[in-house]
Amino acid sequence: MGTQNFKIAVVVVSLLALLIVVPYCNSFVVLLATRAMVFAILAMSLDILLGFTGLPSLGQAAYFGVGAYLTAILANNYGFGLKWDFWLMIPIGMAVGGVLAAFFGLFAIRATGTYFLMITLALGQCVWGLAYRWNSMTGGDNGITMKGGRPQFGFDLSNHINFFYLTFAFFAATLLALYVLVRSPFGKSLLGIRERELRMRILGYNVWLHKYVAFIIAGAFGGLSGVLWAHANGIVTPETLVLTTSVDALLMTVLGGAGTLVGGAIGSAIVFGLREYVSTLVPWWQYVLGGVYVLTILYLPTGLMGIPERIKQWRNSQKKHETAKMASAPS
Amino acid sequence: MNTQFWVVQAFNGISYGALLFLVGAGLSLIFGVMRIVNLSHGSYFLLGGYVALSVIGTTGSWLLSIPIATLTIAVVGLIMERLFLRPEGHAKLVRDAVIALGTALVIRLLIGPILPRLLPGQIGAIIQVTLVVIVLAIPIFLLLQRISAVAIEADLLRQVLMTVGFAFLFQQAALDIWGGNNFDIQPPSALTQSLVIGDIYLPLYRLFMIVGALVIGIALWLAMEKTRMGAAVRATVDDAQMARGVGIDTNKISMLIFALGAGMAALGGVIGGAFLGVYPGLDFEMLPIAFAVVIIGGMGSLGGAAIGALLVGLADNFGKALFPELAYFTLYAPMVLILAIKPTGLFGRD
Repeated sequence: MGTQNFKIAVVVVSLLALLIVVPYCNSFVVLLATRAMVFAILAMSLDILLGFTGLPSLGQAAYFGVGAYLTAILANNYGFGLKWDFWLMIPIGMAVGGVLAAFFGLFAIRATGTYFLMITLALGQCVWGLAYRWNSMTGGDNGITMKGGRPQFGFDLSNHINFFYLTFAFFAATLLALYVLVRSPFGKSLLGIRERELRMRILGYNVWLHKYVAFIIAGAFGGLSGVLWAHANGIVTPETLVLTTSVDALLMTVLGGAGTLVGGAIGSAIVFGLREYVSTLVPWWQYVLGGVYVLTILYLPTGLMGIPERIKQWRNSQKKHETAKMASAPS
Repeated sequence: MNTQFWVVQAFNGISYGALLFLVGAGLSLIFGVMRIVNLSHGSYFLLGGYVALSVIGTTGSWLLSIPIATLTIAVVGLIMERLFLRPEGHAKLVRDAVIALGTALVIRLLIGPILPRLLPGQIGAIIQVTLVVIVLAIPIFLLLQRISAVAIEADLLRQVLMTVGFAFLFQQAALDIWGGNNFDIQPPSALTQSLVIGDIYLPLYRLFMIVGALVIGIALWLAMEKTRMGAAVRATVDDAQMARGVGIDTNKISMLIFALGAGMAALGGVIGGAFLGVYPGLDFEMLPIAFAVVIIGGMGSLGGAAIGALLVGLADNFGKALFPELAYFTLYAPMVLILAIKPTGLFGRD
């Protein structure tokens, strides 16, 4: 329990440091941190599926995109969500993500392994196809520019630092909510399903329902990140929905460490940092990104969050080795 | 909407299906034999087109570009499979060395602007870079030797992400080598004419695609059904462990099939370059469509890939012509339904 409290303390301190340091940085860093936090919410929502339930989804961008498109369409066509009603947009975005996931889950949850990967890919592509071709609604390839700017309700969100604070609040709240979720009995059952589905089934758990609910929760938080993304980015294009967005979310989660929640946030910060920062230095940043994929997959089985544990294990094995040597040495 | 419309659309759909067969058949066989969800398959398609462009640019021969592009990309696929997807024995050392060199190169390029002259004096830039990279690579290589790499063979997600990583690397490499412009591959003039039947114009090139895919499909089918090698491949698809048990070298099979699949995708890139074009981003556009082909037909089945390609080709063409706003939806929704109802696809074996 002591280590658990220590870990929580580290996370809280890092969050506070982020909150205090970033507003003093230049606007580039503020924007970068804001976007990374929006994606961190998406990566953490995916972690509920991937890390805690063992469902690798290749279509998490669908909920992200639906939340973003809904925000943009409501704001542009009806002026909705640009004043205090922004606070209504948040539950609406989560509900739409959740409802979409509830519908998609009916198809996807029964599938396992490769078939789950494939069906989530297909579902994500369905949503992408609609966004890409349904010109009258989504603006097609050009997407939708948020004409009304960011919401203003006494607290002017067009100011990047204010928007950073808002995103931070949602990021921290998501982290807390999902942390509570995975520590709850429900979350423990999800872990059980990840580890050994058959045993959970024999113990009488409704495995399908557990997975289904986890799928809906992940979709809801995906929708939330989409709402924030529409305002963070200022434009919503089919790019938000492409396969590579889903894959990036997967990489972020695996890079940080699946099944740790915080890992998704760390992964998102690194991927965004690499993409946005390195791409300003050199034109070939994608080599770095591709390299990160390959290195993570080959050498970081438990992600960055797993490194302390791996070092500890390695040290222990070294120690054992030494004591074994000492014991075998003639005295 | 007269007969002419339906005939032309059906013809276009079938010829697009012929192209999709080239891409999908390889992907399907790779999955069947290795159980790998290969997300770099779209890259082979794109790279095939680019290599063909280079060959046409230097030799002027379209005919020559087909075998060269196919073979080059088959070798690229082979190297990727041997070093990164199924490394055995010394291949692991080579893989670590490649990664160490690559990482060192990236680090050198990143610190380049900060430290323009790491080594003073008369040493030329290339020698300097080489020296720095080698000096950097050695500790990285030693470090990688200490950290044992994860065996990704049994881990679905890791394989997927590994192939995505390569897709990004290929994408950047293509951008560096061939630039960001859109290109078209010009087929020889004999193929640019049209066949006129009544008042319907059928482009000869599309007929050539259909015939070409038929020939390749039949050749593959014969190889799979009538040769000893083909029997070994089918046995590996059905039960790799059992196949190994009876003495089939599944390692060699997976190597061959991966190269074959990559080569066929590249061939598709050359052929398709004439009307799809060759441009950055084509790789990730082609990839999900190829998966739709494989899923609808059933993974690991050649006949399934043919039927899947035909259905997807037709669905794509008629979808775009009849319901333009739902065009891609009409492509992927059937994929979802088939996965939900019969996950092994129309012709898949489980």
